[in-house]
Formats: sequence, C-alpha cells, structure tokens
Amino acid sequence: MSTASMTAAALVDPVLGFELAYWQQTTIKVVLALVIVPTATAIVVQTFLFKMMAGMQSRMGPMEAGPYGALQLMADGLKFIQKELLAPSAADRRVYALAPVVSLIATFMVFVVIPVGPNGFAANLRTGIFYALAVSSLSVVGVLMAGWSSANKYALIGGIRAGGQLIAYELPLVLAVIGVVIQAGSLNLQDIVVAQHSGEIFGWGGIGSPYIITQFVGFLLFMISIQAELTQPPFDMPVAESEVVGGWQVEYSGLQFLFFYIAEFGAAFGFSAIASTLFLGGWAIPFVDLDAGIMHIVGPLVLFGKTMAVAFLIFWVRFSYPRFREDQLQQFAWKFLIPLALANIVVTGILKVVF
Amino acid sequence: MSQLAFSTLAQLSAEGGDTLVAQNIFFSIIAIIMVFSAIRVVTTKNVVHAALHLVLVLAGVAAIYILLTAEFIAVTQVLVYIGAIVVLLLFGIMLTEARLGEDQNLNNNYRLPAVITAVALLAVMSFALWDQFDDQKLPEPLFDGADDPALVEYALENEPGLFDELDPQDDNYDDQVAEIIEARASLFNGVQDTEEVSDTIFSTYIIPFEAISVLLLAALIGAIVLARKE
Repeated sequence: MSTASMTAAALVDPVLGFELAYWQQTTIKVVLALVIVPTATAIVVQTFLFKMMAGMQSRMGPMEAGPYGALQLMADGLKFIQKELLAPSAADRRVYALAPVVSLIATFMVFVVIPVGPNGFAANLRTGIFYALAVSSLSVVGVLMAGWSSANKYALIGGIRAGGQLIAYELPLVLAVIGVVIQAGSLNLQDIVVAQHSGEIFGWGGIGSPYIITQFVGFLLFMISIQAELTQPPFDMPVAESEVVGGWQVEYSGLQFLFFYIAEFGAAFGFSAIASTLFLGGWAIPFVDLDAGIMHIVGPLVLFGKTMAVAFLIFWVRFSYPRFREDQLQQFAWKFLIPLALANIVVTGILKVVF
Repeated sequence: MSQLAFSTLAQLSAEGGDTLVAQNIFFSIIAIIMVFSAIRVVTTKNVVHAALHLVLVLAGVAAIYILLTAEFIAVTQVLVYIGAIVVLLLFGIMLTEARLGEDQNLNNNYRLPAVITAVALLAVMSFALWDQFDDQKLPEPLFDGADDPALVEYALENEPGLFDELDPQDDNYDDQVAEIIEARASLFNGVQDTEEVSDTIFSTYIIPFEAISVLLLAALIGAIVLARKE
C-alpha cells in the first residue's frame, strides 16, 4: 500500500459518502487546527505540568477551580486575556508584537502533516517529515525577535542562548530522523506509518516493525533533541529564571505571553505526535488492517494515546534532572549526539543494503 | 484535493486551462512582497530589521517553489536558509552589535562596486535563463485529466507491477484501477518527486555535487583556522 492509493482513498471520502469542495475542506481543516492546537496544549499542561508535576513533588496541584482543578486553565486563560499588553518604552514595537505570532505560526504549521487516520491529515505532503522539521525551526526566528526587541539585557541573553541551543540541537534532530527515513524508504509520514505496520524485523512480522525497536538509538537521539528544541529542562538555559529571569519571555504579558505559552506546549504535543508517528507506528495498531473502517475512529485515539505516552517521557525527564551548564550543553550536542547520529545513519544504511 | 503542491498541475490538466489564473495572482502577491522586502533589506537603518526582511524574501522564494510544484526544494529552502542561515546571521548580529532604533553608519563607500556586481549578476542570470528556456512554456500535461485511457497503458509500461495486488475477478477491479491511476495522474504529468531529485543529484550531477561539498568543507576549515588563530 503506497501513498498513491492512500491519496486516492482521500479523494473519494468513504465516511461521508460524498466529496467536499476544496474550499469546504480547507475551511474545515483551518477551524479544526484552531481548535486542536490550543486543546492539545491545554491537555498537556493540565495533565503533566499541573497534575503530574504536583504528584512527583508530593503536592496537590491546582484544586480550587472545578473538580480537582480541572478548570484551572479556563481561569488562567481568562486572566491572560484580561491583562493589558505591556511593552517596554524602548522596545521595537512592531518586532515585539510580531514575535509571539511567528512562534505560534511555526507551531501550527507542524500539525499540518501529522496523519491521524487512513484519511486523517490536513495535507499529505510527500516531504512530510522534512517539512515538519523545517517549519519547526522557524520558531527560533520568533524567539530571537522577542529577545532582541524587548530592550532588556536578560531577554537578549536568553534569546542568544536559545539561538545557540536550537541551532546545535537541530542537527541531531534531523540526523536522527534519517535512520527512520532510510528504513521506511519515504519522507511521507503516512508512508512511514504503513511501512511500520507492514514491516518485518529481520524476517519476523508479528507486530509489524515499530521503529523504536530497530531505531532505538534514533529514538533516544530524537527525544533528547526535542527536549532541547522545546527548551524544557534539563535544556532550559535560555529561560533559566535564576540567571536570566525568564529569558526572551521576560517582558511579555497577557495574550502575547499566552501565545508563547501555547507555542511552547503545543510544540511539545506536536513533536510527541511526530515521535510516535516515526517510532511507535503512528495511528496504526498491530493485527488491525489499515483500511478497516474502524480505523477512521480508532486511529486518532490510538495516536493520541501514543502521543501522551511520549509527552509523559518528556515531562518525566523535565521534572527529574537539573539543568545543563552552557558549555556542557554545547559539547553534548556537537561532540556526542551528532557523531552518534552519523554512526546510526551509516549502520542503518549498511543493514538496509545487506538485508 | 488534500495537497496544494500535489494538485496544482493535476488540476490544470483536469480543467485543461491555459491561463494559470490562481498561480498568476499568487505569484504577483508573492513577488510584490519579495521586491518590497528586498528593497527594505538594503534601505532600512537597522541591521536586525534588514535580517528580518531577508526572512520575508527567502520565504517568498520558498512560496514560488511551491507554485512551481517543487515541494522538496521549497522545504529545503525554508530549512536551510530561514531555519539555519538567517538564524545564524541574527545570532551573530545579536552577539556583537544589535542596537535598537536607527543606526547611522550602516552604509559604506562600496556603492559603485555593489552596483556593478548587481548588474553583472542580473545579466548573467538573465542570459542563463534566456539561453536555456528562450520562449518555452511550462511543459504541457501529457494526458487530459485522470480518466484519460492512455494513462493506464502509460502506467503499465512504466510500472509493470502497479496493479499486481488487485484481483481481476473482483467486482470493483475497474474502480480500484481508476483510483490508483487518479492518485498518480499528477505524477505521470511531470510533477517533480523527491526520489527524482535525489536520483538526478547522485547520477547526472554527481560531480558538481561533490565539488560543492569539497568547497563547503574548505570554507568550514577556513573559518575554523581564522577563528583559532593564536
């Protein structure tokens, strides 16, 4: 089963029984994206940042708003919306106002290519994973804009730290994915899901071939790199509150801060979804045919479950380790992760040719 | 139609139109943004603003690649130029000198050489384009839409195993064949594929590719040597 037949299936919608016009499809996709990204952010923040972190630190977490604090984010969101948008008088107003929007757009664009079911994608790009990595790197521009335009030395230092870190960890991130691409023989995320479902591990095809088994090194590299790309601890030098009082975000308030917040945790969800698509088989489950009608409904739920499992790993590490020093952080990327990623590519290439 | 880049040529071939209305409108919008930003890159009084306008120019280039259905090149443009080069540029500016507000001493005395270089570059590029393409138009689609019967023959000739998975006894056999053909119509009509790009780079253009690699390596080593001078 190739992308080709997948796209053909998408053209004739089997669920609705009729085909929607291009503009109707696009409108639905845009509305869905506007709903899904903030919702995903809310779920990640509520589950992990509020409740899981509280559990690991023997606290209750938010308990007042709603049952077990379930409505805490509604309260926080309303608070953010009500606040005045402040900017330092020396700030570069236009760049300052644009920076959160750039970060947010980069996050939204990542979600476009993630497949959630047999026909469930906003765009089935042939360069799927390559596109996702490219647009995610745009968020650095937003961060640098924010750091520079705030007219604050802590913001500038934070922005520079973020720039250096994101450039350094972009490389192992891209290189880690290449192993998967070699194995699947495609950049398209839907093809990668299919390849994992129908693949075999050295001739044994019992559960297909989730690449976390054959590409375990790649998975570790990918997880470490996205931890750094998301500036989550232990890679949170750019926003270290004890050193640069919050880094590039320091001057932002209200809705603009909320934009950065959604961009950060929305990207955490998006990257987790990509990791589960690349390494855990995406929306597919073993023993169930990819074309089965039930997958239209089960697929998104399966992907959501896997995504939450991966996000759990990110936040588990986040709450467990102290932060790196700047020189350790750079050395770790350039002297350890990148050579390891290159070795992984060579080994994968050789094995692909031999078997 | 779920893929913008994937469907542009396919739509064209389906509608059989010669005037690329949507493409022309979007090309104009992108071109205006790019020209405006490019002018601002050299006229703005602030280095960071210049770099940010450069982002717009490079994003415009990527958008034009998408209009030409060269999806892989467009994504590479974003990853390499915006995601890496401009970010490094901004990083370098901020690390050294990044004042807010207007800077007075941004211009230097090299206006004349700059003009000469720009005109020469324009001349070379125009000549290359003119020489290569003359008055050629975009390649015509080979088939009229996805239901052209010639497509099935063409598909079988180029990919003999395409329908092997299907069972000819099946009642839906014709529909399934049509589905596969429809999905590949744009491919058969000459939309560029990632595999095609890699095949050409590593066969036809292998020597230029290697030469560029060595050049970049030399530049890299040169930078290290300059930076580590003790």
